[in-house]
Amino acid sequence: MSFFKLSRRDALMMLVFTAAVLTMPVWLSPIGAGYPDLVQKFAIYGLFAIGFNILFGLTGYLSFGHAAFLGVGSYTAVWSFKLMSMNVIPAVLLGTLAAGLFAVVIGFISLRRTGIYFAILTLAFAQMCYNLAYSVLTPITNGETGLRVLREDPRYLDSMLGVVQEAVPLGNFFGINMQGYSGFYFCAVMLIIGFFISVRIFRSPFGMKLVAIKSNQTRMRYTGFNTRPYVLVAFVISGMYAGMAGSLMAVTDPLAGAERMQWTASGEVVLMTILGGVGTLTGPLLGAALIKYFENIFSAFNESALLDAFSFLPEPAQHFVVAIVQPFVGEGWHLTLGALFMIIVIFLPGGLVEGISRLVRRRGKSGSDNAGG
Amino acid sequence: MDAILLQVLNGLDKGGAYALIALGLTLVFGTLGVVNFAHGALFMLGAFCAVTFQKIMTLSKQVKDESITFFDAYKEVPYLEIWFGDTGAAFIDWVVPLSIFMAIPVMLAIGLIMERGLIQYFYKRPHAEQILVTFGLAIVLQEIVKSFFGANPIPTPAPDIVAGSANIGALFGLGDSVVYPYWRLIYLAFAGIVIFSVFAFLQFTTFGMVVRAGMADREMVGLLGINVQRRFTIVFGIAAVVAGLAGVMYTPILPPDYHMGMDFLVLSFVVVVVGGMGSLGGAVAAGFLLGILQSFASMNEVKAIIPGIDQIIIYLVAVIILLVRPRGLMGRRGVMED
Repeated sequence: MSFFKLSRRDALMMLVFTAAVLTMPVWLSPIGAGYPDLVQKFAIYGLFAIGFNILFGLTGYLSFGHAAFLGVGSYTAVWSFKLMSMNVIPAVLLGTLAAGLFAVVIGFISLRRTGIYFAILTLAFAQMCYNLAYSVLTPITNGETGLRVLREDPRYLDSMLGVVQEAVPLGNFFGINMQGYSGFYFCAVMLIIGFFISVRIFRSPFGMKLVAIKSNQTRMRYTGFNTRPYVLVAFVISGMYAGMAGSLMAVTDPLAGAERMQWTASGEVVLMTILGGVGTLTGPLLGAALIKYFENIFSAFNESALLDAFSFLPEPAQHFVVAIVQPFVGEGWHLTLGALFMIIVIFLPGGLVEGISRLVRRRGKSGSDNAGG
Repeated sequence: MDAILLQVLNGLDKGGAYALIALGLTLVFGTLGVVNFAHGALFMLGAFCAVTFQKIMTLSKQVKDESITFFDAYKEVPYLEIWFGDTGAAFIDWVVPLSIFMAIPVMLAIGLIMERGLIQYFYKRPHAEQILVTFGLAIVLQEIVKSFFGANPIPTPAPDIVAGSANIGALFGLGDSVVYPYWRLIYLAFAGIVIFSVFAFLQFTTFGMVVRAGMADREMVGLLGINVQRRFTIVFGIAAVVAGLAGVMYTPILPPDYHMGMDFLVLSFVVVVVGGMGSLGGAVAAGFLLGILQSFASMNEVKAIIPGIDQIIIYLVAVIILLVRPRGLMGRRGVMED
């Protein structure tokens, strides 16, 4: 048996990936992204986007309601903290499972349609969840305040095992507190596992079938394949990824709010996947990290920081450049995001990964041309 | 009976807004075959046309307040009032209806620029990419508006004369319990007029005839030597105007903020799907139908039976329609039925 049944190339990629993820706090610190809060976000949203990519990238079904699974995962994890234990293992497991079950139901119904109808069906379901979480389901979701872990919560499993309750309950992994770097490493391990599964799916016959469904579903049907179970499985898997990402959010910060389920949140994961590269292995993670990075860095810029950044220019030019740049940073960073997104969809539908590989190819070509000439 | 009438009325004005936005959406889809997620942003831009017009009309100068004598107090008086006195004040009072005249050319221009600048390159791309690029455009538009006008809703009141409520109940002899704001009645009538004019335009003019022919068989119309593309571009402009007008007139009902477009967009899409993609009548009918259903669902009696139904009724209807009749209520057979 080769290394986890991976081809040599994939095994190498897996190793590089693992090393890169685990050392993220080190090599990201020069660009100011090495602190745990942010790298945690990279890992969590990366997981979310990798899962979304299994559906959208492989089968071509565009879901606009994935944030619902994220929300379900979060709520389940917080409830597990409240009722069972502050240990993160049951929380993540239950969150993933609950989102999976949820995805079975929604997927079973939504997958009766394709294309834009599928997008609208998933959107409708997500909006229903969001609206209900804010109104009728308040006993479960705690409405606008958000669901939080309290000291008085029963935590039956913990009390049965005689785990000492802390004053401020925080997620822990058998006693290791899930704050700061330990939280990041937990998320990173989850991300590596998730990435590994995603690689296996991409290389498996199942993954090939999903790609075939994307390229021509009708032909698949004519050759005798019942395509729906395959797409449903892909949908459920990607829902479970979203649920896991949601529960990890609750792990690092034991709080769940309904705004995680809003459709703009679903749009965000689509953005990440597209930006990085749909249907590529590493693209979604890249997109997620880029978006979260720019969200953090750009939104922190204000006028004085900008003036500092452009201080090498002569004074009038400095003010001119700052006046141009200012609407795109700080509170306006969404503008940058939207514009970037449009540019990517218009000029580079394959995302950044495709752009990079195009560049590499062109360079290789020109190099060989030179050699030939 | 009173309660039912009131709910129908309540539903109609919201339904009017849904119908107007959905009409533009489905018009664009029927002609250009483009799924436009930025249509809600056009609605929002229309509303901000009214805000801009109001801002321009109420440009003010600081004037000493004569009524306060203890100290020097200043108040803002709009130039219009200084120059024209009461006429100017009346003009400011009527700022929302008057901004229609500004909104029409502005929205037409925005629509044409959008179509020529972006949408035309996406005719042949998959629906998913159309959705994504227009979604990006919607984000950009609303962020631009946000950077100019801030994130808070901006009050844009209706003219004083229609600020009150009409006693509809008395009109039908039902007692005094059914009162309804005048402005919502005006909105309803306005929506009716706009919808009627769009239909009349398509039905009774040569231009409209060509557009309808182009919707049915674009290639054939093109072979007859007619420039279908130019007409469709103008249709996109018209759809933008319709959405913009819906936004302008909606401002007294809901003070506009930068994300109002997104809120309406999702619902309008659902409306289009329920009515049937590309079906104009379906969009209008479904808009009013869903508006009324929503207001019935928010009655306390209904909520007592099925809690939370008011929040999800529209989506629920959409899910059911999509599953049992995918072409929508009035959609044509074979149009996007998979």
